[in-house]
Amino acid sequence: MTDRLRIENVGKRFTLHNQGGVAIPVLRGVSLAVAGGECVALTGPSGAGKSTLMRMIHANYRTDEGSIRLRADGQAPWIELAGADPRAVLAVRRGTLGYVSQFLRVVPRVPAREVVAEPLIALGRPVEAARAAAEAMLARLNLPEALWRLPPATFSGGEQQRVNIARGFIHPYPVLLLDEPTASLDGANRAVVLDLIGEAKARGAAIVGIFHDAQARAAVCDREFEIAPLGAVA
Amino acid sequence: MSVEATVTPEEAPPVMAGDDTPPILAVEGLAKQYGGRIGCADVGFRLWPGEVLGIVGESGSGKTTVLNCAAGRLAPTAGRVLYSAADGATHDVHAIAETDRRRLMRTDWAFVHQHARDGLRMGVSAGANVGEPLMALGARHYGRIRTAAGDWLTRTEIDADRIDDRPTTFSGGMQQRLQVARALVAEPRLVFMDEPTGGLDVSVQARLLDLLRGLVTELGLAAVIVTHDLAVARLLSHRLLVMRRGRVVETGLTDQVLDDPQHPYTQLLVASVLQP
Repeated sequence: MTDRLRIENVGKRFTLHNQGGVAIPVLRGVSLAVAGGECVALTGPSGAGKSTLMRMIHANYRTDEGSIRLRADGQAPWIELAGADPRAVLAVRRGTLGYVSQFLRVVPRVPAREVVAEPLIALGRPVEAARAAAEAMLARLNLPEALWRLPPATFSGGEQQRVNIARGFIHPYPVLLLDEPTASLDGANRAVVLDLIGEAKARGAAIVGIFHDAQARAAVCDREFEIAPLGAVA
Repeated sequence: MSVEATVTPEEAPPVMAGDDTPPILAVEGLAKQYGGRIGCADVGFRLWPGEVLGIVGESGSGKTTVLNCAAGRLAPTAGRVLYSAADGATHDVHAIAETDRRRLMRTDWAFVHQHARDGLRMGVSAGANVGEPLMALGARHYGRIRTAAGDWLTRTEIDADRIDDRPTTFSGGMQQRLQVARALVAEPRLVFMDEPTGGLDVSVQARLLDLLRGLVTELGLAAVIVTHDLAVARLLSHRLLVMRRGRVVETGLTDQVLDDPQHPYTQLLVASVLQP
């Protein structure tokens, strides 16, 4: 498989203007290429910048230094995310780049089923088909049917996480980011998530993830990529 | 095996990175002076169909001034506002004749005020409030107007049997939803909203936000929304414009601006929000 994600020499520092302008460097000179069908685990101590790198790929953090490019398949043109126009980033997130974050950002009053169906509706799929797909995915993740019509705000951590996972896997994104996808799940649901990740790899998705769950990491990741902390001084 | 209802990659539409459709609205070099005081200066942005732009900042930052100038309600001191109509024609909003501008505001645009009473006629029924924009566009069939008004009351979660009641008998949240119904009934292409959830209880606010979010997506509207509430901005807008003292200090993708703010003022705004 050819590369679908190429991170080249990226650096990130946060400048806190209201804390006397202190600069906190988090990443420097990070390069990583991920091929289609490959799952790479980011490792390193807490605070080393694993989540920062994930957010830079998702582009809710800016990439000030270096380049992050991705493409939908081996033939598609590369899309540069560093400094990309907001509309280009949104288009990439709609069809190419999926993200399972650690916590669900709950929108008041939106039922679980709609939360999961939303990415498909945004891609122009008929609402009924999108809802059917959402229900199938929620059923697969063993979320009780009684919860499908309820907003996830009052769900348990594990239930919210399954809604989040269903939303992230509802569309076959060519590139996937997974932040602790098996945290707060019981054994049966953990197995479903590992299957979903395996299926995504089999259809050629390039996956980058953070897995503190060593067994899960061993089960689905092809290699590890260590991020070493830079320390507090620039 | 994958879930049967998931789509295969071959079905997925192509990524439309930086497609070249023209913006529906282009604001260029906008400035407004109130005597010696700056209302806003050097403000520019573009808005595409289906896109929601949030303008955030504290009170007095000039965001409402920008909104009013962009919406053709307030003449700027400098700069221009270009609107691209459905037929492809471009209108320089503040250079065209008053009657043409008023026609655009009636046919193509809508405005949602912070205070429902500024956008409603309090002396006539809810049904008349919603039917009026249709009549202004030439609808004359009473039955059809009443049906459309009833539909829009339902869509905005107002009991259809309140159609003959005056908005003075409605709660604040209902009045605001009625204003939304009146604004959207004539199917505008572009909607301007000034603090639409301001002054409402949080539970009422959530209902209105959910409603606005659904309608904007469903109708493919372009919208400019002014709010001082960053949570509202995150929920509703694709892109943000951060204003301070009449000028734009930061602009970008909504979650990028809120999660990784660059300007000292944006950092202060984000850091000042209470996390429940």
